[in-house]
Amino acid sequence: MEITTQEFKHCDLITIKGRVDSSTAPQMAQALEAANESGKYKLVVDIAALEYMSSAGFRALLAAQRNCKKYNRGEVVLVNVPDRIREALELAGFTELFKTFDDTLVAVGHF
Amino acid sequence: MQSVQFSAKFEFLDEIREFVGAIARAGGFGDKDVYNIQLAADEAASNVIEHAYEGVSDGLLELSCGVRGNTITIILVDHGESFDPSVIPLPDLKADLSERKIGGLGIFLMRKLMDEVHYEAKPNKNNVLTMIKRKR
Repeated sequence: MEITTQEFKHCDLITIKGRVDSSTAPQMAQALEAANESGKYKLVVDIAALEYMSSAGFRALLAAQRNCKKYNRGEVVLVNVPDRIREALELAGFTELFKTFDDTLVAVGHF
Repeated sequence: MQSVQFSAKFEFLDEIREFVGAIARAGGFGDKDVYNIQLAADEAASNVIEHAYEGVSDGLLELSCGVRGNTITIILVDHGESFDPSVIPLPDLKADLSERKIGGLGIFLMRKLMDEVHYEAKPNKNNVLTMIKRKR
């Protein structure tokens, strides 16, 4: 798994590549928490190049969404969700908890 | 059936997914099924590593997998603490963000992704999880 954070004026763009499972999810959770710790609660998570995500990744996303939405200070949105991952998120009932976008610039512009 | 042993550590999840994925693919399962079979195996192994072998550093996972006809069978044996998946509450998928529970998701996904999931806690710490999926 590879994770990069890019700061925009109104949000942070976090790009996750590779595979997220119980082994790598802590690293993903850490990147999301690091954004929160520096006062960033509007997060665009781009997973176009994410090949795989297990429920360990879903849990990290859920924890981040909770923290970001607290006090109405922001939210996590997902962009470029690959089909297989979208299907698993749907099964888990997670698609209702996250806005999703098909275009990174539109997602960044949402904030 | 092909069998392989893994040390019960998260770092081997990649290899676990590759093992079942290769067998599923060779057995004629399509990309979507292969992904879902890999996800189910990952969730099963992750649960064992996290719960059955909680606090245990030298646990073993015995993974067997094979395709016969239109059916793939995955058997995961561990020797840790047994747990009955049927007593684990299913997550409330309608709960809103603040009420959403974090546990139980792996078991829920395994049941959704596979056609059958059976669990048997045999004597002498032989816990056997069997998962079956058929081609559509």
